[in-house]
Amino acid sequence: MSTLTVDDAPASRTPDAPPRRARRHGRLLTIYTWIVIIWLLLPIAVMILFSFNNTHGRFNNTWQGFTFKWYGQLNAYPDLTGALLNSLTIAVLTAIIAGALGTLIGLAIGRYRFRGSGMTNLVTFAAISAPEVVMGASLLSMFLSLNIPRGYLTILIAHVMFSVSFVTVTVRARVMTLDPALEEAARDLGASPLATFRLVTLPILFPAILAGGLLSFALSIDDYIITSFNSGSTLTFPLWIWGSTRTGTPPQVNVLGTLIFVGGVVLALANAFMARRRNR
Amino acid sequence: MNGPDPVWLRGLTRPRSRRAVLRTAGLSAAGLALAACGIPGQGHQAASEAEMARFWRKQKRHGHVRFANWPLYIDVGAKKNDHPTLDAFTKETGITVSYDEVIQDDADWFGKVRPQLAAGSDIGYDLQVITNGIQMAQFIALGFLVPLDHSRMPNYRRNIGSAYRDPAYDKGARFTAPWASGMTGIAYNPKYVTKPPTRIADLWNPAYKGKIGMMSDVQELGNFGMLLDGVAPEKSTEKDWRKAADVLKKQRDSGIVRKYYGNDYIKPLTNGDIWITMAWSGDIFQQNVSEGTDLRFLIPQEGGNLWTDNMTIPKTAQNPLDALMLIDYYYRPLPAARLAEYVNYVSPVPAAKAVIEQDIAKASGADKKTLQQVAGSPLVFPGDAEYAKLHNYRTLNKTELTTYQSVFQPIVAG
Amino acid sequence: MNRIRARLTPYLLILPGGLWLTIFFAIPMLYMLSVSLMTGNVIDGFRLTFHFPTYAQALGLYHDQLIRSLVYGLIATALCIAIAYPMAYWIAFRGGSRKSTYLFLILLPFFVSFVLRTISWQFFLSDNGIVLGPLKSIHLLPENFSVLATAPAVIGGLTYNFLPFMVLPIYVALERVDHSLVEASYDLYAGRIQAFLRVVLPLSLPGVFAGVLITFVPASSDYVNASVLGGPENTMIGNVIQNQYFVASNYPVAAALSFILMAVLLLGIFAYARALGTEDVLEAAAG
Repeated sequence: MSTLTVDDAPASRTPDAPPRRARRHGRLLTIYTWIVIIWLLLPIAVMILFSFNNTHGRFNNTWQGFTFKWYGQLNAYPDLTGALLNSLTIAVLTAIIAGALGTLIGLAIGRYRFRGSGMTNLVTFAAISAPEVVMGASLLSMFLSLNIPRGYLTILIAHVMFSVSFVTVTVRARVMTLDPALEEAARDLGASPLATFRLVTLPILFPAILAGGLLSFALSIDDYIITSFNSGSTLTFPLWIWGSTRTGTPPQVNVLGTLIFVGGVVLALANAFMARRRNR
Repeated sequence: MNGPDPVWLRGLTRPRSRRAVLRTAGLSAAGLALAACGIPGQGHQAASEAEMARFWRKQKRHGHVRFANWPLYIDVGAKKNDHPTLDAFTKETGITVSYDEVIQDDADWFGKVRPQLAAGSDIGYDLQVITNGIQMAQFIALGFLVPLDHSRMPNYRRNIGSAYRDPAYDKGARFTAPWASGMTGIAYNPKYVTKPPTRIADLWNPAYKGKIGMMSDVQELGNFGMLLDGVAPEKSTEKDWRKAADVLKKQRDSGIVRKYYGNDYIKPLTNGDIWITMAWSGDIFQQNVSEGTDLRFLIPQEGGNLWTDNMTIPKTAQNPLDALMLIDYYYRPLPAARLAEYVNYVSPVPAAKAVIEQDIAKASGADKKTLQQVAGSPLVFPGDAEYAKLHNYRTLNKTELTTYQSVFQPIVAG
Repeated sequence: MNRIRARLTPYLLILPGGLWLTIFFAIPMLYMLSVSLMTGNVIDGFRLTFHFPTYAQALGLYHDQLIRSLVYGLIATALCIAIAYPMAYWIAFRGGSRKSTYLFLILLPFFVSFVLRTISWQFFLSDNGIVLGPLKSIHLLPENFSVLATAPAVIGGLTYNFLPFMVLPIYVALERVDHSLVEASYDLYAGRIQAFLRVVLPLSLPGVFAGVLITFVPASSDYVNASVLGGPENTMIGNVIQNQYFVASNYPVAAALSFILMAVLLLGIFAYARALGTEDVLEAAAG
């Protein structure tokens, strides 16, 4: 999984201006890329559009006029709001717990050579690449065998489980490029190992930890397959949406989806903006 | 014989590294632990009368009921998500009701709540409506349902139709109280289907390729397969099931079926994804009234299915007494009539018909026409002619159940 | 004392996370294995009887779906590579100062729930919806034409949902290509196509490998796309596993199928890694 965040892309050394024939090819590629980007954004545009649909019946299928009213009726389906809250709280908790656990493992593998490192690497890799269906099914098998009822807690357990490895890989990459000279300098100035960790290592690693945490958050809030296996009767946002497709997805789903989308975009832009200011 | 082969001796006594020993020990321990594993079964002894009396004596009113039901199965008021009968119940008793249309398919629902009931944990609902069929039999056999105390249900005792007092699927009506009965037939959209279908065989018509809906419930599906063959499902044998499964498999393999639906065929039928489908009688009526569509429903010539959906109280319900009161409420003629007027399904309360006729006398215009349709509809008050064409599901015992499912499940699931 | 503590540090560090992964990832796999060897039913319970024929039975009943899943996954992955590579190339080499913007645009769909995206496609492609409705009313398409409930719809959905997973690793690998190497090849009279085929492409292969890894596995084991966009002929092994667990309550068969799926995918990955000559698979995956 790429550890590169969007604003981390290093400035490239652009090649010399290509010859004229190549420029035409270049334009073809440009158009192609834009077509693909539009294709990627098409369903999102549809979703946003139909959050403004003045639909009368149960189904949000045909365009019946423009309205803002659904944005004022966010809580019309209390269990939808509840499901969204579940998703958000689980995602935040996952980011924190997986962030902590993954950072520790990432530090260990990235910096030390020890007996279990091969095995740890293997398990981390397996947890990233194992199919979701298999991970969900195996957890369910265990919960069934131990007669553990499934609900909020089991969802949280599952989410932390698959997020830890992503944080590990992110942090590990950063740890490996960490200059040991900095920590040695701190040690020379009399800092204890704990203080060194707290005042030198942690701040340097922080962007990677944050990136890992954000990744966990994103993975958790969007997860459907593993959650559906281990949720019992607790609902998360994706599960509620899935259930609603049978009887008709209300416009509130589009509204909430749009709001989350806009919120995410604003956060990402803010992050990029702050990064640019930091670099200046 | 000179004693054991030295090669063996060497192998058996070769010093093993500590890691290897630990690894083997760990794996064998895991193996032993797993061998002791199993997934507990939940076969159950039925509660005795005395236990039931003791249980109900302990119950108190909590003021709230959580009701799980199928979609399109209750009256809907002007605000689109309020239910007049439930509101009237709350007004009279002070018990609030949270109503969720979460049941789409009996097998799905059973699969979802079974592990929770088995573990003795709350499923989130105090009252659920399930169809008589395989899952109902399993609910009862596994002891997942609370026996209903008829002594606390005066309206039920007074008004329940005689046909429902001692149903085949629940002897003595110990666990179930009918919510509504319904019929499975064929629905179609006249916009795309110009020649009205009349038989089950029309669902096999290649002219509708990719536009045919079938049901995912194995008893509904199995019944239709058998009726197509001219076999009465109630008395069918395993041979009949396999023949029916063959016909259904051929239908599936020919690629003419769009999808196997639970309760969610209504939307595709409305927006043209499917043109003709197996359907439930009341759904079509309600869809036409609420959305202004013109979908048609009919009972096929070969026959249709008759089923009863029942209110039941799961054993982990938090508010059983309030649930019992809600059950009894729907056996008063007035709420029963309101329900039947709206959902257009067969009411288990014969006295409801009189109330509907009173309403017709008082109503006028479009309302009156709708009500007359309801009162006169053979779908809501079936006569002998309809009952002759309708068939029940085959009642299955434990072993037949596994066979039946294994015969029909691959058609839907695979 | 300090020396011992230093030796212990890595073990202490991996203890909490490692414990979590062991209990909730490794051990469940063992449980799943044991469930797959059980017999019984829901009412009487399941007992571990080491009943191996379950695997043969599961394969016999559902090998169609298994093969179909792998085929759909392969096609979707191939399509992803075909679509993603030119785009990643363009952004890496010609993106200039706006690279981050393009990457951001590509990642934008992820801000909307995966289920919601797929449902939007179902709505978009529905038989009489926004696209097909007008086309049918002007008789450009027959009345019973449908895109949904076909294999292309499912594969299209898979390709759509996993495209960004393919673009990113390829982009990262292409980004790292030292332009002086390309310039050197020009100096040695290589044409543009030759320069690409013999310098850029080989250097970008680890990125392609990483992309294949994080695309093929989830694509083959997905069941949401098949459920929403597909019909009875397009069910994938993920659908079957889910159905066996939740509808048929046939836990042994469900667990056996999960195991078979995982084994097949693992074999595929290692075979692919061998073929590409990538020694440290984790290095490649970590990008």
